[in-house]
Amino acid sequence: MQVRNSRQITFALGFLAILGFLGGCKKQVATSHPAPAPAPTSAQPTVTLNATPTSVKSGDTVTLSWTSTDATDADIEPGVGKVALQGSTPVNPTDSTTYTITATGPGGSGTATARVTVGAAAPVVTPTTNNASMSELFEQNVKDAFFDFNKSDLRPDAREALTKTAEFLRSYPPVRVTIEGHCDDRGSTEYNIGLGERRAQAAKNYLISLGITADRMDTVSWGKERPFCTEQTESCWQENRRAHFVAAH
Amino acid sequence: MRTKIQNMMMRKLAIVAAVGIVFMLSAGTASAQDWFKTGTGLGVTKARVAVPEFPVRGATPPALEKTFHDVLWADLDYCGILELVSPSFYPPQMPSQPSEVNFPEWAAAPANTYMLVYGNLFLDGTNLALAGYLSDVHNPQSPPALQKVYRGPATDDGARKLAHQFADDIVGKLSGGAAGIAQTQIAFVSTKSGTKEIWAMDYDGSNQHQLTHLKSISLTPRWSPDATRIAFTCYVPFRGITSPQICIYSAASDRLISFPRYRGSNSSPAWSPDGTQLAFMSSQGGDPEIYISDTAGGAMKKVTFAAGVNTSPAFNPKTGKQIVFVSDRAGDPVLYLANSDGTDVQKLDMPDMGYVVDPSWSPNGQLLAFSWRRPSGNFDIYIMDIVNRQLVELTRDAGRNERPSWAPDGRHLVFESTRNGKREIWSMLADGSLPRQLTYEGQNESPSWSSK
Repeated sequence: MQVRNSRQITFALGFLAILGFLGGCKKQVATSHPAPAPAPTSAQPTVTLNATPTSVKSGDTVTLSWTSTDATDADIEPGVGKVALQGSTPVNPTDSTTYTITATGPGGSGTATARVTVGAAAPVVTPTTNNASMSELFEQNVKDAFFDFNKSDLRPDAREALTKTAEFLRSYPPVRVTIEGHCDDRGSTEYNIGLGERRAQAAKNYLISLGITADRMDTVSWGKERPFCTEQTESCWQENRRAHFVAAH
Repeated sequence: MRTKIQNMMMRKLAIVAAVGIVFMLSAGTASAQDWFKTGTGLGVTKARVAVPEFPVRGATPPALEKTFHDVLWADLDYCGILELVSPSFYPPQMPSQPSEVNFPEWAAAPANTYMLVYGNLFLDGTNLALAGYLSDVHNPQSPPALQKVYRGPATDDGARKLAHQFADDIVGKLSGGAAGIAQTQIAFVSTKSGTKEIWAMDYDGSNQHQLTHLKSISLTPRWSPDATRIAFTCYVPFRGITSPQICIYSAASDRLISFPRYRGSNSSPAWSPDGTQLAFMSSQGGDPEIYISDTAGGAMKKVTFAAGVNTSPAFNPKTGKQIVFVSDRAGDPVLYLANSDGTDVQKLDMPDMGYVVDPSWSPNGQLLAFSWRRPSGNFDIYIMDIVNRQLVELTRDAGRNERPSWAPDGRHLVFESTRNGKREIWSMLADGSLPRQLTYEGQNESPSWSSK
């Protein structure tokens, strides 16, 4: 059985995309590092930040409220900027966001963060196994859905695979996916482009029913143009009838 | 028996040649495939035509003489309405102009020809010139049915083009004015450059050349009715996502014309006969449905409304008011007819189950060619008369045969076939005869025959 090379390339690209996002995460974590040593004459600023609610749908309003002590300036990122030393403000995040307030004063600075999850039903689970790469996690947890000949409805095994995929996507809210619809080569070129799109959409709609927001998923059909396997056997055709997940930016 | 029919045809042809407007096929003799010839002009007795080599004169390079004669012979031999008389029956003297024709000799056995194609090639400065004639050998007193001087570059390709022009004029004269197809082009998809790109070639497979260089996947080319543009399906990246979209190639400027990008998957564009609209599949609204827009993507309207795949639209080229398309709304993908505003949807019922895909509408609007994968078998090309729903199978037991596209004469089809192992482009007459392989290198698919 020949497995196409481009699949590995796709994964490699997806991996790079996820590394990029992990890098972003680390940067945010780093902002909550211990504040520098206080100046002897002034107390180090302290600060609190709360978001209400912490889990919303895209575009909903979240109220950020904060307090601080021993500070002369306060700044909330991303997207809010310089603020009063205590107060509250509405924000409308479209993606899950970690807001960071930085309070600075003569005694140094202090930070606090508040996480707002957009569109995910479950609480955020941060990766505990630092050694497992994101691409490995993606590959272990994100499962393709397979289809019957000329069909785009989901078989029980496809629902099971997509349920696992949904769990992963709930756990990693920043991950966006492109769902590729693929077909075996027995139909016409044109019909298979339509059928592949139907398969990708069947997978997307099932994930939506499991709480994954639509704006994290794009669908695209490759018809019969990118087979995973090129032999004329049923096992090979089955390999090619799938909704395949690729991590996207 | 044969002589009697021939004599009858002889009289008929004499009238055609003299009057020049009668469509000889409309008065053809009855046959088992009577319904069929109304659409294609095939299935009737073919006129006998002699095409002797031109006498060698002066400085014309022999290689050009040979190219010219070979191409002219091939064009006339494949046109579908003529029977070329074997050169072994020709009189010894080859005429180069009307005064040199010994008419009774050509009319008598063994040549027994009705029409004689003759002339001469000569160099005219840097050009190659052709003085071409077509005479009815039974009417020596009449002027030739065709006498014309053609000019072009004195190159192999120039000689080829002169032959095509002459052949098309001859076929035009002998078919009551319907032009020949020797100067038409076939667009297709080829992997020869490494990725699937749009290519074009002459109708006989010569001059294959690459048109697009997208280095991605390009599919389903279709010529605009004026043969200046090709609409096709292109996979182009945008903000990290590569999806199928509609692209348009301009042959005049050798570049892509912009067309809007839509959400989801978009494919299979088809032109309206006046060239002002495109019908295509789009999943911009979720389900893959057929939309019709102008050629800049404006004034878009959705014309199918059924869950499932709706794709492969084609306008009735005669009226522009009806479309045929593929839908799996009732199970397997099969053909449906509808008005081009989406009303009056009718399923084209078939006598058996299976996939029915790749519809192509004949130029006169009467016949649909398509591929049908019957439950037991391979994909084969069929033709259906859309009025009486009669069906004719054109290929059988020869690999997968898909994606037919009509030639503008309504007598030829081009299609893809795997009969020689690889997927290649073939053409044939619209009765299934004279299959001819046009491509040999790489994988080649999705041919579209230009309308001129």
